[in-house]
Amino acid sequence: MEKPSASLWRKIGARYNIIGSECKTCGAKHFPPRIVCRKCGRETKMVDKKFTGNGEVVSFTKIMVPPDMFKDEAPYIVGIIALDEGPKVEGHIIDNGKAIEIGTKVRAVFRTMYVDGDEGPIYYHYKFEPV
Amino acid sequence: MSGIVGYGAHVPIYRIKVEEIAKVWGEDANAIKAGLNLKEKSVPGRDENAATIAVEAARRAVFHSGIDVKKLGAVYVGSESHPYAVKPTATVVIESIMASNNIMAADLEFACKAGTAGVQISMGLVDSGMIEYGMGIGTDTSQGRPGDALEYTASAGGAAFIIGREKKEIIANIIKTVSYTSDTPDFWRREGAAFPTHSGRFTGEPGYFRHTTNATKLLFENTGLKPADFAYAVFHQPNGKFPVMVAKQLGFSDAQIAPGLLTPLIGNTYSGASMLGLAATLDISKPGDKIMVTSFGSGAGSDSFAIEVTDNIDSKRSRITGVRKLMETNKKYVDYATYLKDKDFIKGR
Ligand SMILES: [Zn+2]
Repeated sequence: MEKPSASLWRKIGARYNIIGSECKTCGAKHFPPRIVCRKCGRETKMVDKKFTGNGEVVSFTKIMVPPDMFKDEAPYIVGIIALDEGPKVEGHIIDNGKAIEIGTKVRAVFRTMYVDGDEGPIYYHYKFEPV
Repeated sequence: MSGIVGYGAHVPIYRIKVEEIAKVWGEDANAIKAGLNLKEKSVPGRDENAATIAVEAARRAVFHSGIDVKKLGAVYVGSESHPYAVKPTATVVIESIMASNNIMAADLEFACKAGTAGVQISMGLVDSGMIEYGMGIGTDTSQGRPGDALEYTASAGGAAFIIGREKKEIIANIIKTVSYTSDTPDFWRREGAAFPTHSGRFTGEPGYFRHTTNATKLLFENTGLKPADFAYAVFHQPNGKFPVMVAKQLGFSDAQIAPGLLTPLIGNTYSGASMLGLAATLDISKPGDKIMVTSFGSGAGSDSFAIEVTDNIDSKRSRITGVRKLMETNKKYVDYATYLKDKDFIKGR
C-alpha cells in the first residue's frame, strides 16, 4: 500500500466523493478524473464532476485468496459498477444480505478500505452496497 | 435564536443477540435481557469506525437540511472511539461532505455526551453570528471487554445535527440548553488502553442518575416547563433500564420516552445514543410538539435541551430515512466468532 503522499492526498476527492471530470467540449464524463478527453484531445475543456454513486453491477467476482493487505477481509466481492452518469468504476461491494447479481442496483457508501497495522494511517474509500 | 435545520443518522446493519454472547460466558440470557431491557446490539462492520459512521450521518443531515454545504462554518465530532489518538475525525467528515475548507473543526470527547456538547458549541457560534451553520455529531464504535457486563450493550451508531438560525429553515427550535457537570470517576479509559473500566454498581447513582436528574431539573427551572408540557423525552440510554427509571423519577411517562428508546434494539451507541433517540423522536413529531433531551457522559456530565418542533418539519420529511427504518433495513445477525474477528479481538493474527 502507498504511504500517505501528495499524490494519494490529491486523490481524496475521488476516493471519498467519486469526483471525476467532465469534458465541456463533448459532454463525456470520466472516472477516474482525466486531464485530456479521449475524444477531444487539445480541444478538451475539463471540469470537476461529482458522481452520485448510484449505479448498477456490470460484473463481479468473489475474492477468496486476497492480496496480503486484505487478508482478513476474504471472502469479499469486487465488481465493476456502471454509474448512472455513464462511467464504469471498479469497487468493493458490501455484503448487506441482499443478492448481488448482474444488474443489481447499488449506491455508494463511505468505509475504511485499509488500515495500516497498529500505527499506520487509515485509508477511507467509497464502496458500493446493493439497494 | 438557533435551531435544528437538519439531521441524519447511521446504524450499522450487523446485530448480535444477547443469547449469542451469553452462551459463550455461560450466563443466563433471559436474566440479562430482563435486567438490561435489551435483546440485541448493533455491531460495526469490519470496514466501519467512528469516522465512517459520522460521515454517513453527516451526509444524510446535509441532504435533509437542504443547505448549501459551503456555508457550514463548523463541525464538531464527539466520540470516545475516535479512530486516531492524534488526527481528527472532523477533517474526514468535512472532506467527505464537500464542505468548504474555511471551516472550524475539532474532535470532542466526553464519554457518551460529546455529541450534544458539539450541538451546544454550534448553537453558541450560530447565535453569536460567528457562523451561519454548525454541525454537532455524536458517533461511536464502543468497546466492551470480552466477558464484561458492557459487552452486552456497547454498540455502534451515530447522528448528526445541523444548527442554523434562518427561521424558514428550522425544523425544531432549541428553546434552552443547560448542563450539569462534576468530577466523578464512574467510567474511564486511559490513553492506549483497549477497553474502558467502570466502577460497577457505582456508575448508576452518582453518575448517570445524579447528573441526568440535576440537568433536567435545571432545565425545568430555567424554562418554567414541566414534564407534562413535553410530548416526548429522550434520555441517554446505557441500557434499556436506566432511561425508563430516570424518566419515571422525573415525572415522564413510558409513552413519552417510547419513540426515542432505541437501546433495547441496538444497544448503547454511546455518543450516538441520546442523539439517535432525538432523531427517532423527531421522525414522528408534529409541529408544536416539545421534546426534552438529556444526554449523559461519564466522568461526568449531562446536557439538557428543551426543543420545540416547527411547521417546517413536514416539508423536509420526505428527505429523511427514519431511524427506525434504518435500524430494520438489511439487518444481519453475526455469531460471536465473527464478532470477535470483526472487532479485531483475535490475537496472533
Ligand atoms: Zn471531450
